[in-house]
Amino acid sequence: MSGGVDSAVAAARAVEAGHEVVGVHLALSRMPGTLRTGSRGCCTIEDSMDAQRAANIIGIPYYVWDFSERFKLDVVDDFIAEYAAGRTPNPCMRCNERIKFAALLDKALDLGFDAVCTGHYASIQTDAAGNRELHRASAWAKDQSYVLGVLTAEQLAHSMFPLGETPSKAEVRAEAAERGFSVATKPDSYDICFIPDGDTRGWLAERVPATAGDILDREGNTLGRHEGAAAFTVGQRKGLQIGTPAADGKPRFVLEVRPISNTVVVGPKEALAIGLIAGSKFTWTGLPPEHPGTAFDCDVQIRAHADPVPAVAQVVSVPVPAGAESTGAGTTELVITPREPLTGVAPGQTAVLYVGTRVLGQCTIDRTVSAVPVPGAEAVPSVVPEPSSAPVSAASAEPTLVDAPAARA
Amino acid sequence: MSIYLDHAATTPMLPEAIEAYVDAMSVVGNPASIHSQGQNAKRMLEEAREIVAGSVGCDPIEVVFTGGGTEAINLAIKGLFWARAPRPRILLPGGEHHATMDTVEWLERHDGAEPGWLPLDRAGRVDPARVADALASDPGNVALLSLLAANNEVGTLQPVAEIGELAAAHGIPVHIDAVSAYGQVPIDFRALSGAGRAGTSGGTGGSAGGIVALSLSAHKIGGPVGIGALVLSRRASIVPLIHGGGQQRQVRSGTQDVAAAVAFAAAASALGDLPARNQRLRTLRDRLIAGVHAAVPTAVLNGPTPDGPLEQRLPGNAHFTFPGCEGESLLFLLDAAGISVSTGSACQAGIPEPSHVLRAMGRSEAEARSALRITLGRDSTEADVDAFLTALPVAHAQASRAGMNDRTPTR
Repeated sequence: MSGGVDSAVAAARAVEAGHEVVGVHLALSRMPGTLRTGSRGCCTIEDSMDAQRAANIIGIPYYVWDFSERFKLDVVDDFIAEYAAGRTPNPCMRCNERIKFAALLDKALDLGFDAVCTGHYASIQTDAAGNRELHRASAWAKDQSYVLGVLTAEQLAHSMFPLGETPSKAEVRAEAAERGFSVATKPDSYDICFIPDGDTRGWLAERVPATAGDILDREGNTLGRHEGAAAFTVGQRKGLQIGTPAADGKPRFVLEVRPISNTVVVGPKEALAIGLIAGSKFTWTGLPPEHPGTAFDCDVQIRAHADPVPAVAQVVSVPVPAGAESTGAGTTELVITPREPLTGVAPGQTAVLYVGTRVLGQCTIDRTVSAVPVPGAEAVPSVVPEPSSAPVSAASAEPTLVDAPAARA
Repeated sequence: MSIYLDHAATTPMLPEAIEAYVDAMSVVGNPASIHSQGQNAKRMLEEAREIVAGSVGCDPIEVVFTGGGTEAINLAIKGLFWARAPRPRILLPGGEHHATMDTVEWLERHDGAEPGWLPLDRAGRVDPARVADALASDPGNVALLSLLAANNEVGTLQPVAEIGELAAAHGIPVHIDAVSAYGQVPIDFRALSGAGRAGTSGGTGGSAGGIVALSLSAHKIGGPVGIGALVLSRRASIVPLIHGGGQQRQVRSGTQDVAAAVAFAAAASALGDLPARNQRLRTLRDRLIAGVHAAVPTAVLNGPTPDGPLEQRLPGNAHFTFPGCEGESLLFLLDAAGISVSTGSACQAGIPEPSHVLRAMGRSEAEARSALRITLGRDSTEADVDAFLTALPVAHAQASRAGMNDRTPTR
């Protein structure tokens, strides 16, 4: 129970469905300066008190479980390392994957609970053979199945989402008010919970050392200087501070961030269109496709609120690059080819696959291939993946590890 | 049916205290008023003060009622520190209650105080020889020494009289946090403070040395929450925290809470024959300790152990480390079984922190997170202890399964 309206209503509904329910608030962040010592929930003492008051009204016991250390290691440090590696991580998915439906669920199962119930807007259905499937919430506008795409069949078997069939958030708020919850009108939280002021850039800038480097075009020509590659995001237009305008006079966008050589690649807007995405870290939500090695139709969604795009996906084996040591891991890759180009895709983001409303699985994007080839150049970016041990950004052919931020990752 | 085994957190209010409280609340009158009703309130207040004074062997004038133990401790430490300015050093053992540690650390941040931390041994005891060394190293710069009479988590009793003597020899004032000791072991302030003794080398402008201040709380002895007392020797000079109408020798202004004082006094009168009560508690506590060892052979008793004199711990206190279990998990499972225990000191927003007391006693972080405190009180029975011992093995098996897993990263 986060202290918000959704988890409070979810808990109340679980009680009414006849379950024996205990409210658990996760203490996730250590925020020096807020209060004396120790862990603060997501994000404040006030949230914890709100959650407790809701539990009091429902009439269930309430505890705070401290996962702050693990949250720091698994989510916050991962977020910083991914960002330093030039990728665009999604900490909420990481939290679902490693905290809410891993650390919390494991502990709960060990302590004798059967399931973790949350206020996510998503729906669990059972197929004819009794296999559990994760589906979009019936209200697509509130659907949160994307951030649950990391759940495996095992996790799904111990999850409950009582809000999945609710037509709207307004209905949840009305129900909360009816139940007498003080949080009925509490605003939704949008920001990353461990960055309370919402200034993600500033927060990261304090934690990732910045070194000046070159801004290149797609052909490798130096166009200007930047003050730290990690500060750039794929698709970014502002703040490039390139003196010379492009030959065609059109604005330039960040196409790629290469942390190892500490360079930023820019180019025309068209070059942001992505024709292929792939990643070696993929999971299936429930039953996997029958023949994942054969191309299959699906929809791909690359952000929590992006529209799904029809695509073809396939698991392919990846040759171990010459000179790289085979670890046995990462030798297969999920390759997703959208039927129309995607924009705003960056390595580190999660691609979630759907079949209709059903969540099929997900992968963390390791590399992207532009739908627009570089004029007059050979096939760059390469489609040969980097060795999985090196946190290399998309399709860049980096010769050696030369700088600290990438080595940290 | 809930079984309450967390008397160190707070105690059930005694019926006689409730009755006295309710009766006194219906009496009107500010004890500072001159009219008869004010005088009646004043009489009730001073009778209460006399009873509380009697319970710890001090003069009534030395009892300063406060809003609780924490306020008493703040008043003693800040008040003595300021009165002894510009001496910067405050000596204190590790593993003190947060009311002490945070007050000293606040003075460090805001007022140039220099904490001198005294080590605890494995049993949680302060070695008087180490205290003597710390006192002797720079006595002219020590503002005060503060220590617990009995540790609120592990129950270790400290050699306060001996330490008081050592400080007195240097003219250094000592504050005793007796909040958890009160009502469990006899306290004789007059003997502890060596009434009439003068500091021998305290320098100019300071308080007299030795034990001059002692903090108490009513709700640890069956009285109400919201009232405590600082026993403050006549010899001591102190700077007040709260200014106003000049009540209580100008040390603690504010209209005095007559009803709370009366209820406090009712609980103090009910302490009765401590040695006899303690014998019953000890027998019960030892039954619990033996039962825990039988049920969970890996459990480790913290604080003074049967290898050393058990008399060196509070009679109602048992404190264990259960290796491989989160204390938090045990607490949860026992709570689900209707038994209230604690992982140690009370915590912020329901988040238990690894016991800083066990850390100060040289235990690892994992050991400090595996602690469970069971504290008995006058209402505790053999049936309560047996119910705990029945529930413990089940809870322990399950908590062991959960292990310490919430600390290990997934990768």
